Amino acid sequence: MSYDVPIAPGETPDEISVEGPQSTAWPLWEVFMRPKRGLSHTHCGSLHAPDAESAILNARDAYTRLGDTASLWVVPSTHIHASSDPTSMFDPADDKPYRHPTFFEIPDEVGQL
Amino acid sequence: MAVEHQVQFDRTIEADEKIEPRDWMPDGYRSTLIRQIAQHAHSEVIGMQPEANWITRAPTLLRKAILIAKVQDEAGHGLYLYSATETLGISRDELQEMLHSGRQKYSSIFNYPTLSWADIGAIGWLVDGAAIVNQIMLQGTSYGPYSRAMVRICKEESFHARQGYAILMALAKGTDEQKAMLQDAIDRWWWPSLMMFGPHDSDSTHTEQSMEWKIKRISNDDLRQMYVDQTVPQAHYLGCSVPDPDLHFDEESGHWNFGAIDWDEFWTVVKGNGPMNRERINHKTKVWDDGAWVREAAVAYAEKQASRSTKIA
Ligand SMILES: [Fe+2]
Ligand SMILES: [Fe+2]
Repeated sequence: MSYDVPIAPGETPDEISVEGPQSTAWPLWEVFMRPKRGLSHTHCGSLHAPDAESAILNARDAYTRLGDTASLWVVPSTHIHASSDPTSMFDPADDKPYRHPTFFEIPDEVGQL
Repeated sequence: MAVEHQVQFDRTIEADEKIEPRDWMPDGYRSTLIRQIAQHAHSEVIGMQPEANWITRAPTLLRKAILIAKVQDEAGHGLYLYSATETLGISRDELQEMLHSGRQKYSSIFNYPTLSWADIGAIGWLVDGAAIVNQIMLQGTSYGPYSRAMVRICKEESFHARQGYAILMALAKGTDEQKAMLQDAIDRWWWPSLMMFGPHDSDSTHTEQSMEWKIKRISNDDLRQMYVDQTVPQAHYLGCSVPDPDLHFDEESGHWNFGAIDWDEFWTVVKGNGPMNRERINHKTKVWDDGAWVREAAVAYAEKQASRSTKIA
């Protein structure tokens, strides 16, 4: 609960339609941040901004207030292409347990291997 | 196909894995989440108002800078949560409209006024404190983007609670007048803070389904008890009491037992008749309208820059 709001007796929650009007507002950007040098950028969220320059400034204000960031990327959300159904997409890897080193039993006496 | 999807969804929930935006999900799961995350976002945004009320009157420059940073964090929290809501397929425009028109609500706690500087301390300690108890639980929620937003928010919340308690510790060491101001703030914020956890489990119609979907992981009453147990000793440390004549420590259970909550007051505020409901929304919509020129200017600037760079190319 807490920051949620209960439905009062006698009230019905408002209908929510996800087919409603799509945003006419600023385009959506995905934000990636590098926490420090030597690490990769990782996705940390998204935001709306009119252009890349303001997206970076907004991303700074929104996602880096604790001073734990070395670099930011912003990418228009429409430029992200995602893989499809994970069950069929990644099954080529399912029957190859031998790719994992623990598949092979090596006696302790062999030492570091 | 639909059955197959449902099986996959159930299996993911059962295995304590997260549901992600592109996954199939039941309509009820989607609309429950949209409602809950959006209202959480609205709460963060409206929650800036009672605290911003004291920015110009903070007692020192340092306290002022801290309060500005805290209020800015709440804007950030609203933003993380709106982004998470949008992953469910609803637009920011529509969310904004639902808040402004009253079709969606925000936490009732922000419909109480901040009458003194001590209220700013009490909010950080009690209100953010209650939010923390709830949000730590929500880190384990089953919807991935909501869970990730909670992790990010929780990282920032202990600053909020501690700066609030630090304000109160200073007042507790102050003059009699300051001590009275401190006790008065606790007296006014205590019960509304307990109400933040929502109705009793027995009266909470939607809890069961939310627990089944693992949107919620701990019930209202259990969270409230955790909160009371951690908070009462902190009030005593300040040399203060909480305004509950029935409060006592139960040796057997190891919990603080507390008195009855005034649910009439609770529902009155939820239904829009609290002390500040109208003012909060009026202010929000006014600021949105007043800011229209900024949004328009930003778009005009972006368009101009874009047309320049195409000319050069
Ligand atoms: Fe917050
Ligand atoms: Fe907070």
